[in-house]
Amino acid sequence: MKISLIVSMILAGMLLYPGTTIVQAEITDQLVAEDNCVSCHLEMEILPADFQKYDIHLQRGLSCAGCHGGDPSSDDPEESMDPKKGFIGKPALKDIPQFCGKCHSNIDFMRTYRPRIATDQVQQYYTSIHGKKLKSGDTKVAECVSCHTAHAIPSGKDGRSTVYPLNIPSMCDKCHGDSEHMKGYKIPTNQFEKYARSVHGINLLENKDIGAPACNDCHGNHGATPPGIESVSHVCGGCHVNNLDYFKESPMSEPYVDLEIHACEQCHGYHEVSKTSDEMFGVSEKSVCNECHTEADAGYIAAQKIHTSLSNFVSAYDSAEAQLREVQKKGMDDVEVLFLLKEAHQVLIHTRTLTHTFTPSKVEEKSQEGIEKSRQALEIASLEIEDYYFRRRGFGIATLFITVLVIALFFRIRSMDKEEK
Amino acid sequence: MKTNRRKFLNFLIGGGLLGWISSVVYPIISYLIPPKIPEANVSSVSGGMAADFPTNTGKIIQFGRKPVLLIKDDNGEFHAFDGTCTHLDCIVQYRPDTKQIWCACHNGTFDMSGSNVSGPPPRPLQEFTVNIINDEIIIINPTG
Amino acid sequence: MKKIGEKIYTWVDERYDLSPILKFMSEKNVPVHHHTVWYYMGGVTLFLFITQVVTGILLLFYYRPGADSAYESMRFILTEVNFGWLIRSIHSWSANLMVFFVFVHMFSTFFTRSYIKPRELTWLTGFALLALSLGFGFSGYLLPWNELAFFATKVGTDIVGVIPVIGKPIMAVLRGGEDVTGATLTRFYAFHVAMLPAIFTVILFVHVLFVQKQGMSEPEGLSKTKKTMPFFPDFFLRDALLWMIVLNVLLFLAVFYPWDLGFKADPFSPAPAGILPEWYFIFMFQTLKMIPAHVLIFEGEVLGILFFMIAGLAWALVPFWELKSKRKGLSNPMNIVGIISIIYIIIMTIIGYTS
Repeated sequence: MKISLIVSMILAGMLLYPGTTIVQAEITDQLVAEDNCVSCHLEMEILPADFQKYDIHLQRGLSCAGCHGGDPSSDDPEESMDPKKGFIGKPALKDIPQFCGKCHSNIDFMRTYRPRIATDQVQQYYTSIHGKKLKSGDTKVAECVSCHTAHAIPSGKDGRSTVYPLNIPSMCDKCHGDSEHMKGYKIPTNQFEKYARSVHGINLLENKDIGAPACNDCHGNHGATPPGIESVSHVCGGCHVNNLDYFKESPMSEPYVDLEIHACEQCHGYHEVSKTSDEMFGVSEKSVCNECHTEADAGYIAAQKIHTSLSNFVSAYDSAEAQLREVQKKGMDDVEVLFLLKEAHQVLIHTRTLTHTFTPSKVEEKSQEGIEKSRQALEIASLEIEDYYFRRRGFGIATLFITVLVIALFFRIRSMDKEEK
Repeated sequence: MKTNRRKFLNFLIGGGLLGWISSVVYPIISYLIPPKIPEANVSSVSGGMAADFPTNTGKIIQFGRKPVLLIKDDNGEFHAFDGTCTHLDCIVQYRPDTKQIWCACHNGTFDMSGSNVSGPPPRPLQEFTVNIINDEIIIINPTG
Repeated sequence: MKKIGEKIYTWVDERYDLSPILKFMSEKNVPVHHHTVWYYMGGVTLFLFITQVVTGILLLFYYRPGADSAYESMRFILTEVNFGWLIRSIHSWSANLMVFFVFVHMFSTFFTRSYIKPRELTWLTGFALLALSLGFGFSGYLLPWNELAFFATKVGTDIVGVIPVIGKPIMAVLRGGEDVTGATLTRFYAFHVAMLPAIFTVILFVHVLFVQKQGMSEPEGLSKTKKTMPFFPDFFLRDALLWMIVLNVLLFLAVFYPWDLGFKADPFSPAPAGILPEWYFIFMFQTLKMIPAHVLIFEGEVLGILFFMIAGLAWALVPFWELKSKRKGLSNPMNIVGIISIIYIIIMTIIGYTS
């Protein structure tokens, strides 16, 4: 048993240790034996600074010559790195997109690796600000290598990849957060700090939820462009579908277009989208409605009403939840309460979404539904708690009977003993 | 005096015994009375009568601790799925217009085999087996 | 009222002649001395056994054995059935108290040396009842099919499998296969509700019959002036008084410290931390844990199990090998044996819970 444990630990260690899986080792050994570029450069220790064995090109059998050209079968450097044999060497920055596009834009070639692989990256790239500027000769902008690295490119699903969702924000920040580098582009350099504080950033960077959007989810990947002012809402609506749909049909929609206010951004901000709270609605200091509406106008009253509906619902929900905790603490049955509260929570999510209709009656209607569910949950929870005390009372009654019996028996026995004496 | 005392004690013993017996018998009798739900729903639950279930609708049924979505499609066939969206914790619903399963929270959709079609849900919904026995819909959890 | 009673009595008496029973009961005496209190321990154990039978039968009304129904039906009993929580909690608490009182009863018999001639067979049947009680505890522990019980059973049956030659087959029979599965649950259920109760009842009957036949044993070396009290009603009423108190304690424990159901067993999940058997197995469990893996050429675990088997056998056969001595207190070798056993059990149990 112990031996098998050790063996399995070794195996597990081999799998976990980066770059030394059995398969990888075999491929490089084979390459070293057959490929003179690799063997020679390895020996002379002049490998690219970012060279990694886990690079997907290397893994799939594409060695140096696959990108840089030349003849790997020759061990004479003059011959193997002869431009006549197609040797390119290190491409100029402005040529990098075509350098990668040689293969990546060739659907016939790329299909042999993955049938559904995208091949429009270069095309998309030239529509992006990065691409346009590169074309006009600005080599400070990002090209393929800036984001993907040159010789350390694992699959994008690999946690080591620079374009793995968790790594994207800091990767973009390398340039966009560098005020020296960004000098002359007239855009702010604090997006990362803002993003890291946002609900999206917290979910991605702190909670490691790769479902949360990173930079590219709003700005695009290869066609990275700021989402035009008109399309901000569409970007948000891509995920927050209902919110946008409700908003579009709300009385706010038209005035927003007329006043050229951007739907989502006006209240929620953009890089710094903070977690919403019910206080955003209403007329308190934290409310965002106040920014435009003033006391007694229709919007002000509506905001007040919506906030009241919401807080009534939330307080009903909270008291039911508190009672549920009491039920759990007392060790009573919580299944039904839990179920009802789950439904109430669902309604709560829906009600909060419905605030984007800016129609008090709709919010109120849904709130009532949720309040009713919370009330039911509270009722059942209270019954459970009542039952808890009922058990104690029942025990008290039974104890009373037993105590009476015990005392009576005791005196009976004593009087019997006295008689005998 | 002595006989009075003895009598009182006997009375107490008798009364106490009676009270004691009732506090033992009462729980036992009420234990034996069948509860509201006559048996522990172990791996199946009733979804009501098949004939009473409107066509092209869905209904959430409580299955132990979790919700199950029971659907009767246009052909009158029943389908049942785990009612909790695989994205977050929301409860899915059947949409008679698009004939899909839909999660209102983030607009996730699933097809009628439970596969995630669009939106954020990362996984298909687990399917439950539905049997019709004497016109009663019985939903069975295949994994037990 | 009285008349009806008399009529029934004469009706039965005419046919079956009740006078010998009546005579026996009226003549039955219990010796009175400063060790009389130990005479009640057997009675308390009997009362707890009756409680077990009653609550056990009640639980059978709703319990459904099976890997995917046992836990759910227990949940059902605890949450849906009226007073189900009470019945279940009493069953669990009473089981534990019963084992406790079986031990108390046994040690009191041991120290008062009531097992000596002519009561050797009473001791032997008593020992069998003790073993069966432990069997009840072990098999009943698994029935709710919760995580803790599942892994405790796994560990417990593993230990059986260590015994040389016969261990593996016994383990397979216990488990109903290679591993603890739903099949084990069905088996344990059969042991717990049919096999063990049947054997237990028969042996219990014999045990009590022996006691009635021979009367209460009196410790040696008591003052010559013999004092006794009649069993009816004196001793009986005292017994009843004690049973009432025990019942009230049971109710108290069941209401204020209800037994957890825990989480459903998942055979494929890793064993959670803190797997412990029931408290009355801890001292054996802990001993096996503390024995080094290898002692000379023997496997430590095997040695430990053999040790307990031999010790158990020796304990069962005490009436036949006891070291006779007239001395009292700590200078009596048998007292030393008993005290060492108790200290050993207590220390090992404490270590088991604290380590």
